[in-house]
Parts: sequence; structure tokens; C-alpha cells
Amino acid sequence: MVSRNEKHTDVVIVGFGWVGAIMARELTQAGLNVVALERGPRRDTWPEGAYPSSIDELTHNTRHALFLQPSQSTVTVRHRDSDVAAPYRQLAAFLPGTGVGGAGLHWSGCHWRISPVELRLRSHYEERYGKDFIPQDMTIQDWGVSYEELEPHFAFAESVFGTSGQAYKVNGKIVGDGNPFDADRSTPFPLPAMKNTYSAELYSKAAAECGYHPFRIPSANASQAYTNPYGCQMGACTFCGFCSGYACYNYSKASPNVNILPALERESRFELRVECDVLKVETDSSGKKATGVIYRTSKGEEVRQTADIVILASFAYNNPYLLLLSGIGQPYDPKTGEGTVGRNFVYQNESGVTLFFGQDKFTNPFIGAGGNGVAIDDFNADNFDHGPLGFVGGAPIWVNQAGSKPISSATVPKGTPQWGAHWKKAVKDSFQHTISIHAHGTNMAFRDCYLSLDPTYSDTAGRPLLRITFNWHDNDVKMIRYVTDRMADIGRAMKPESMSVETKEFGEEFDLRHYQTTHIAGGAIMGTSPKDSVVNRYLQHWDVSNLFVIGSSAFPQGIGYNPTGIVAALAYWSAKAIRERYLKSPGPMVQA
Amino acid sequence: MKLRLLPVLAGAICVVQSSGAYAADADLIKRGAYVAVLGDCEACHTAHDGKSLAGGLALQSPLGAIYSTNITPDRDTGIGTWSYEDFARLMRRGIRKDGSSVYPAMPYPSYSKMTDEDLQALYAYLTQGVAPVSLKNRAPDIPWLLSARWPLAIWRLLFAPSPAPPLPSAPHDDTSDALVERGRYLVEGPGHCGSCHTPRNFVLAEKVQTAADGPKYLSGGFIVDNWVAPSLRSDDAGGLVGWTPEDIVAFLKTGRNRHGATFGAMNGVITHSTSLTDDHDLAAIAAFLKTLGPPPGVSVQAFHYDDTVSRQLFAGKMPSEGARIYVDRCAACHRTDGHGYPGVFPPLAGNPVLQGPDATSAAHIILSGGRLPGVAAAPSSLVMGSYRDVLDNQQIADLVTFLGQSWGNHGAAMTASQVAKIRQATTDEKKPVGE
Repeated sequence: MVSRNEKHTDVVIVGFGWVGAIMARELTQAGLNVVALERGPRRDTWPEGAYPSSIDELTHNTRHALFLQPSQSTVTVRHRDSDVAAPYRQLAAFLPGTGVGGAGLHWSGCHWRISPVELRLRSHYEERYGKDFIPQDMTIQDWGVSYEELEPHFAFAESVFGTSGQAYKVNGKIVGDGNPFDADRSTPFPLPAMKNTYSAELYSKAAAECGYHPFRIPSANASQAYTNPYGCQMGACTFCGFCSGYACYNYSKASPNVNILPALERESRFELRVECDVLKVETDSSGKKATGVIYRTSKGEEVRQTADIVILASFAYNNPYLLLLSGIGQPYDPKTGEGTVGRNFVYQNESGVTLFFGQDKFTNPFIGAGGNGVAIDDFNADNFDHGPLGFVGGAPIWVNQAGSKPISSATVPKGTPQWGAHWKKAVKDSFQHTISIHAHGTNMAFRDCYLSLDPTYSDTAGRPLLRITFNWHDNDVKMIRYVTDRMADIGRAMKPESMSVETKEFGEEFDLRHYQTTHIAGGAIMGTSPKDSVVNRYLQHWDVSNLFVIGSSAFPQGIGYNPTGIVAALAYWSAKAIRERYLKSPGPMVQA
Repeated sequence: MKLRLLPVLAGAICVVQSSGAYAADADLIKRGAYVAVLGDCEACHTAHDGKSLAGGLALQSPLGAIYSTNITPDRDTGIGTWSYEDFARLMRRGIRKDGSSVYPAMPYPSYSKMTDEDLQALYAYLTQGVAPVSLKNRAPDIPWLLSARWPLAIWRLLFAPSPAPPLPSAPHDDTSDALVERGRYLVEGPGHCGSCHTPRNFVLAEKVQTAADGPKYLSGGFIVDNWVAPSLRSDDAGGLVGWTPEDIVAFLKTGRNRHGATFGAMNGVITHSTSLTDDHDLAAIAAFLKTLGPPPGVSVQAFHYDDTVSRQLFAGKMPSEGARIYVDRCAACHRTDGHGYPGVFPPLAGNPVLQGPDATSAAHIILSGGRLPGVAAAPSSLVMGSYRDVLDNQQIADLVTFLGQSWGNHGAAMTASQVAKIRQATTDEKKPVGE
């Protein structure tokens, strides 16, 4: 029961990660009053990132200090419609963030753009490989927005994040040894690329010897001290290696908390309320207009916040979850293919190779940064001929030495006993002498992978849990096996003593029990038609025009890169449309 | 009866509002608000989490805490019944409306130099531009025998200067002489910089009041809340010899510059006063400070960097236990070469705090941490955490001694017993000390 109404505001934002912070900044600048609601606690560099307690692996990595505990809320998961979904009771495969900063506080810092062809994936594949190339049950589609339209927003987001990198082409001119597959840029990176670790140097050399095109990963770990356009400051990264899963103690990893919030908090039109869990979005009797949200405070009080504009900016699958709970839009039905909410749920499709060197070769894996490293894009996007290969998608391949922590990084060669004296000796022999290479691949959208409300399990507020129906498909296994073979070629060129390869087998099912990635996407996708998407090209809901749903939930299918770069660019793109068009004439910005 | 009068009053207000006089008043109030910024009234007269200018902030004196007073226009508890003459008498002579003397924590010896014009504007602001808050003034925590106010009158007669004849108007144009004179006015008058930065004598009077009185003026050394106020003169014992006027302006405007960052008692000054001061006045303050030569017998040599320690640390050689602690705990931000990341993480090589004869501030920051105030021109409130529970007294002494003797610094060494005293005196500060 709603016990209290808060004063009406112009904009209410659900979730305070990157999207929430960007939208709050942009819309307060446009003169609007903004209330942001964050379900988790307030967090900042101090005390969450206070050195030395911040670099505690047991607290952060093992016990997941910055993440949403399943006891608070969780999802259920199954492989197929005929299964009964079971709750995700222990955080493992993916880690939903919570608290101020969201995933932007605990991320690693790989800050990419996107390959232009991925934004029009279906059209591109149909044009190059013919209409029959895409399997029947693969529901991939175009995003409805082009790289050229997003380019200024990528550039501005990089200036806000203090991104370190080496450009390849700026305004059509080749300017340096960046990624030759990169699309044209309007500006160089705001900071020079980070220094390479020894492992990345070895990888870079071997990849070039194999005929590929190594480049340094664009990183939102600052290579130098930096002041962004908002006046917010960063310190230079020290390669301490405590990025993913941690709040950076050094102000070096870009986060909403470091790069936007200090400026936003000086803004009288902005209010951030923490520990406010949004239960639903309310609409008027026509169902065409959002009137605000209802949220539950940490004391269990239910509060109504009305607003002229509602922005969903929560963790990937929570955006579609809120739409499902609020009854906004038609839930997706995999049998008929009708409905859009929950459609095209995707993940990331990864594999890895670990190289073990002799005792005389020290790779110092404890040095690192989340966004640091060298990658090749020769097998990402459509940078290689898929015709004879028969699959859609690809993967960047990288040495991204993010810093080995003592507990989780006990890597040993295959065949080593899993405990006892032999295991201990292998850990000791390996720790200083290993290099890991990873493929960070695409996961295509399929008709039978989707989100819906669980019929069995509910949370403490009585809401049904979100149910994920997801499994691997042959297309993605084919892709990752092909890319893994290329990765192993490079690994062999680095001349290790031994090498272990982790890849996927045909028929292998999605395994929730070990960490893969938190790069979850889809479920409230953007597109060109309300028949197959939830939001239009401006991230505006097709039916409820004062509702914007922004984040990786809008990806129509998986991408090769990490998601944060395009998520930030989409937020700035949407904010620009709201500021320049929607506010002048509220209503749908694209006619269905 | 009262109710019936209301419409009449309302009518009267309308008349005032529609007249030209009201517009002039609004302008005066606005100027007064700026004078309040220059005088940093907020820093002392607003309690932590208290209402603006309603007083109640504890100011530690050697005799016990005294509490700042309510200067909002509340008629019962504030200054709502004060005339301009009452107000001017307090500001110039330290005598309250009831005839008693104020504690010298109120820097009326400085305020006495303010122009009538500025005082009138300030009065207009405090009585008409500030919301009245009902909050009773709190009696000082000073033992009754010592809390008598009459000795303050003697103190006032002995040590407070006779009020300077107010200047007809404060200089405010762009010639370099005028800039220095404007700066002198701001520093010696409303800015009351000498309150902390001029050494005090045994009865807590500032030894000198103006630059004209001699080189002790703003020569530093006074300890406020376990922070050593550094010299603002051109010396290298914690002074500003290596600072350009632009460095001074950047520091006052943002709380940080290429040489260092604000901490401790200065944070409030940056937040409530200098970050809100206009650029012309900041330039004037800088121009004036740069006219102050070194105090007698103090080196004027600018800091000279010595890379011996930097090379040792880079090679993994630890010249001392303090060096080892430094590499473990400090070098990530301040770097083994001591250069830090200027503007973000303060350099320690050449940092004024580490050159003077008293390293209290360095030990205090290590114990309590620090939080840079976020201000309009630099919103990031960067934090150094507290090492109170991480390092013991001997370790902090070793560390401070290492800092004072490395990279060309010529600061004081410190002993564990000195650290113990500072630890004791600052015992509650486990959160980084901010505004």
C-alpha cells in the first residue's frame, strides 16, 4: 500500500549507474528537476574504496561486497521452455551490481565504441551473405541508429570518462597505431594509451607475427591525472589490479561516482534517494502515459513519486523486469513470436587460453588494470569472411591482464590435482609464469532465449521473480571454437611450455555455476518497428512516449565488445533527443 | 486587533517594494552577501549540520570551548534588534550591544579595518538578507572564574588596535598598485588571514596586525586545532616563495594547485569564502601576498629538488623504515619521486607543509586523513583515508621524518611521543577531515 506521495518532479530516474548519472546531468542542465532512485546504498571512493581495506579479495571478490545479494532479490533460470526454472541462489555466472554507481562502480574499465556493422547486423549480413545465411530461429535485427549518429556521443562520453587509448583514424586521417578496424573518430582519445604489461607486449608481438593487427585496448583507467569537462578529477592508474568488483581507491577508474556525481551534487535541481527499490511504473487510464513510479524504502514504506518523464536506467535485465511488472507493453511469447517485452535476451560468449612458461620467464600477473591490454579485432564483427564459416558473430581476442588476486588466480596447468601438495607446488610454480588470452565473443539473439515473470517464485515484496530462459546455440559454439583456434595459434607463437584451452563443446548447456561475465543485454530492445522492439531509436517507449528505457537492455543482440561504451553513448544520444526535440513537443519522436 | 492591522502592514510593504529604495536595498543586500563571503562569517557562525549563521560552532581555545553566536536577524536570539551603530561598534571595537566584550576569537581587530561602505552592506545583508533562526547562544565551556568577560575588556584595551579610521572606499581598479592595495584591504581587513597565519603572543593576541607592522605579519606558526598555519610570506620554511600569483589564485579558488591541496582548518575558508570570491579579488590577494618578503633569518631559496631518494626507491632500496612505510602506504598516489599528480594528489617534494620547523600538520593528516572540499570550480572532493588504525606512533614518526628529509625537503623530524600527543588530541577523527 502506498503510504505517502512525494512532491511531483519533472523527471524520475530508476537506477543510478552510468545511465542514471548521465541522464540526470543532461536533464538538470536542460533546466529540469530530477529525482534519481537507487535501490542500493550510497557508495563513494571513501570509504568503499579506502586503501588498504578496499583491496581485500575475500570481501569483494569472494563475498561480493558491491553486488546485490540473492537474499535481497534474484532471478530464476532455466535452459528451455520445458524446464522448471530454479532460483539463482549463489552469485556466480553474473554479478548484478547495486548501490550508487551500479555496474559503473564495479566494472573493469574496458571502454569501447562499436563496429558500425553491428548496429545494422541483420541488414549487413543479408547484404553480404544473402538472406538465407541467418538461421531461421536467430532473431537478430538492426538497432535503428547509425555509428555516424552516435559518434559525437562516443567522443563526449570518452571525454567524461577520461578514456586512455590510441586512435587509428581521426577525421579520415590515420594518426597512429590504433585499431585499423576502428571506424572514423572525430577526436583522439582524451588520454594517451596505458602502458603495456610484459604479457601484453609478448602477445602483441606474437599476434603481429601471425599476421594480425594488435592494438592497445581503450581503457577508462586513467593513464594520467585528468580533469573532465564537468571539472571532475581522476588520479593516474597505478596498475594495482583491483578494478573489477572493487571501488577504485585511486580515483583512476571512471565511475559515475568519480566522474559525474561530484558535479551533479552541486546542482540544486538534482536529488538522489538511495535504498529506494522501484516496484513498478504507473500509467494513466489510457496506458499511454507514465505518471510516475512506486518505490519501497529500506524501512518497507511504499512511496509514490509522480513525474512528467520516467527513465528506466537500472541493471540490464531489471529494465524489462520493471516493464513486465508494470504491465507496460506486450510480454514476448516464444511460441507465436509475438510481443516484445523480454525478447532477445543475450549474454556474452567467451573462451580462453592459458599459457604456462618456464621458471625463468616472469610475467608478474599481479600487475594490471581492468581496461589494460592488447587486443586484435581481426575476428570481431564482420572483419573476416563469414561466408565459408557458416556462423554469425565474432570476438575480439586479447591479453587483458587485469591483475591476479591471490585467491581467485591460482591457475594451474591441466591435469594438476585439485588439492594437496602437488596442487600447491603447481600454484607456486605457475603464479608468476602464466599469461591468459581471452576471446570476448558475441551471443546472437534466438527465438527461445527470453525473459518472463516466474510463475513459482516471488520476492519479499510479493513480486514474481524474473525468469531467464537461456541456452547456447550451435551458431555461437561454432563461432567461439573457430576464434579459439585462432587464439591458440597466437598462444603457440608465444612459445609457452604448456597451454590449456577452454572453449565450448557442441551441445554444451549454459552453466550458471562459474563466473563468465556480467555483460547481460536485451529484453527491452531498440529497433525500427514496435512489432519487434520495445523502444524506438531514441530509446523512447513506442506506446508510452514519456517513458525512456536505456541501457544494455536495448541491445537487439550481443556485441563483441564490452557494453559500457555504447550504453553511455546511447544515453547521451537519448538525452540530446529529449532536450532538443521531446521537451519542445512531448510525444512520440518516431511515428510507428 | 493585531489581525486587523495586518492588511495595513501588508499595504506598507507593497509601497516599499514598489519604490526605488527597495531596489537599492536589494543591491546593497547583494553586496553585503559578498562582503560576508570575503569575511567568511559562515565558517565560524554556522555549526556542523546547523542552520546558516545561527551560531553554535565550538571553537577550541586553550581555556575551553567557546561557541559562535547567532547572527541571524532573529529578534530574541540573534541580532534582529541591533542598530547599525551597535553592529559597527562590535565589528570595530569588539563590544557587544549589551556592553560586554567578545572573545578575541572574533577577529574584530581585522574587521575594524573594513570600510563603512562594506560594513553597511554587511549589516543590510545580515539583518535583511538572511532568514531569522531562533537558536539561543550557548555559554562557553570555560570554568566560571576564567569565563568572566571583564578581563576581555582589558585584553581589548591592551592588544586590540584602536580602530583604524575607515577607508573612504576600498580600492577596486586594475592598476597594479591598486590591485596590491585592494589585496591588502582584503587580507588585513575582512579576510582576517592574520587570525591564523600571524603568530600570537602569550595572551593570544596577534603579534602584529598589518604588513606595515613588520615581517612577523602572516609568518605562520600558530597552531589551530592541531594544524599548523603556514607562513604566507615569501620564505621557504613553509611559505609561498615558489608560488606564482596564479598558483595562489588557483589554490584559493579550487583548494588545490600544482604545489599542494588544502586541508584541516583551511578547508572551511576555501568552501565558504575564497572559492566564492571573484577572480579580481583573488588576483588582488595574490598580488598583495607576493609583496611580503621573508621573515628575518629565514631562507628565501626556493625548493630545490634532489632525486637521491627517488632513485633509491625506484631501485627497491629502502633508506629507512619510514621509506618502506612510504612505499607501502603512500607512494601509489604521491609517487616514489614525491611529485604526486599535481592538482589531484599533492606533491610531497617541496610541499610547504614539509619544510617548516613543526611537522604537526603532516602527522595530523596521516592520523586523520583529509577530504578536499568540492567547490564550484573543482567539484571533486578527493579523500585521503585515515591511517590512525593502520600505523602506530613510531611508524608515523618514521614516516614524517622520512618525508621531511627526502627529495630536497628540509622539514622537521618527529618522535613517537610527539605523534602520541597529536593522536591523543585528535582522538575522535577517524573520518577524513573535511569542511
